[in-house]
Amino acid sequence: MAGAEGTWSATLITFDEVSKTFPDGTLAVERLNFELPTGKITVFVGPSGCGKTTSLRMINRMVEPSSGRILIDGKDITSQDAALLRRSIGYVIQHAGLFPHRTVIENIMTVPTLIGTDKKKARSTAMELLERVGLNDSMADKYPVQLSGGQEQRVGVARALAADPPVLLMDEPFSAVDPIVRGGLQTEFLRLQGELGKTIAFVTHDIDEAIKLGDMVAVFKEGGHLAQYATPRELLENPASDFVAEFVGRDRGFRSLSFDTSDGLVLDPVDSVRAGSEVLVLDDAGRPVGWTGPGIAPESNPASVAGTFKAHDSLRVVTDLAITSPVGIAIRVDENGTADGVIRHQSLVRQLDERRRQRSGVTT
Amino acid sequence: MIDYISSNTEVIWRAFSEHVFLALIPVLLAIVISLPLGYLAVRYSKLYYPLVNVSSILYAIPSLALFLLLPPIIGTRVLSPLNIIIALTIYSVALMVRVVADGLNSVDPTVTQAATAMGYRRIKRLFSVELPIALPVMLAGLRVATVANVSIVSVGALLGVGGLGALFLRGLQLDYLDPIIVGIVLSVLLAAVCDSVIVLVQRRFTPWSRVGGRA
Repeated sequence: MAGAEGTWSATLITFDEVSKTFPDGTLAVERLNFELPTGKITVFVGPSGCGKTTSLRMINRMVEPSSGRILIDGKDITSQDAALLRRSIGYVIQHAGLFPHRTVIENIMTVPTLIGTDKKKARSTAMELLERVGLNDSMADKYPVQLSGGQEQRVGVARALAADPPVLLMDEPFSAVDPIVRGGLQTEFLRLQGELGKTIAFVTHDIDEAIKLGDMVAVFKEGGHLAQYATPRELLENPASDFVAEFVGRDRGFRSLSFDTSDGLVLDPVDSVRAGSEVLVLDDAGRPVGWTGPGIAPESNPASVAGTFKAHDSLRVVTDLAITSPVGIAIRVDENGTADGVIRHQSLVRQLDERRRQRSGVTT
Repeated sequence: MIDYISSNTEVIWRAFSEHVFLALIPVLLAIVISLPLGYLAVRYSKLYYPLVNVSSILYAIPSLALFLLLPPIIGTRVLSPLNIIIALTIYSVALMVRVVADGLNSVDPTVTQAATAMGYRRIKRLFSVELPIALPVMLAGLRVATVANVSIVSVGALLGVGGLGALFLRGLQLDYLDPIIVGIVLSVLLAAVCDSVIVLVQRRFTPWSRVGGRA
């Protein structure tokens, strides 16, 4: 496919003073001005009825704005026939919306068939895509009713990508599957986007999904206003209003720790926990086995270490380990699993506090 | 019985072919008429209840009454086979409009939405997505309409229009069982064959509706 040679055309989407009032007088979106950067994932997030899906659907003209313009690569989208425009924009929805009367492979071939691509070529591209979204060849001739929810979503993504559109619209694509499958789909979606570099607009009501997937996040609030448009990190660390702060959630401070690595932390040597009240038990290769000490119940002696971290792991991982450790100490290991440093939670808190002071010193 | 059949082959064959003609022409007409009507009932939802209700009322008119009412209304002769064809077309349309509308309504809105978003125009979407998906429901309705027609045509014999019903009348008038049995057997056979043909069409064109649930 063309993607291998890196020839995907990249595309910028611009909302210019876009408003939408429905015939019943409901104001869905009001004076939206923002840009979806080329080749990035922009997530539209907000409570229900905030206009995020309406905004998404205006990009492929499923909904026409009441005023304002939407530009793709500087070109007003109304300058092109709606059906033709849609064939150049991939679309993935909740529950996938697969055609029940067509096999998996025929579903994927939908847009190539519409634009008159040679059948053989369309089929081989579709087979490649099937593999690319992590499905087996044997799925090709199954009907949608024979698939699981997660498989349906994968086929939905493959169908959206089949004609190699530069733009992808995704409307809550992962919210109908269970949390474990969702996590897997999200991770694979990020991997796929790493290869493809599409300009993606992604709607969700789940702020965690927005933070995980978005390069940029547009937080909508009731009445179709844009409450904040920022990177996930900016959103967690500097919410623009009480509404955003509340929407992002109480543990935003903790979650913002995922954006920094633990590389800057000052650790204590492993020897510091080899004697004293709490003792780290190591095996012959120096790998942590467990903790012993007066605070540990005899029947669980030595107590499990509750996990370890490595260089480059985020501060969030380290903090979590320090909290869950039976003795309040997180252990770092090297590539071989040998313990090479520890950090007590008192020390961690002190260092996080310094980090916060430095950051606010820089930004103010 | 064998004697009756061999000495009346021609009469029986003519009655049978008339029967096929009178029962199936209305089915074909009804398909042509009810597809656009059913589509309108879905496209303009205000039309749905008027169309479906009028259909139900038409369907409730007894067949003999309709056969007799039609000539003065549309100006045909009382003995014209046209009366039977029009009456049966009305019944079939009455049944099929509802079936077409319900079939189209059974298409998951997310599917039609996805089709639009993929770049289907309305007409192409109707023929490539909505109608194929509605096909199982529509064919089920078609089976009912066809079998009902095969049976109602017999009543037409009372008006002297022909068909297998003529054999029943002859049997009754002559107090003679053989033509009645032949008529019944052929009528049931015809209904069964028509039904099977539709089932075969359904198997051929909607393989997806028969695959099992989630694997």
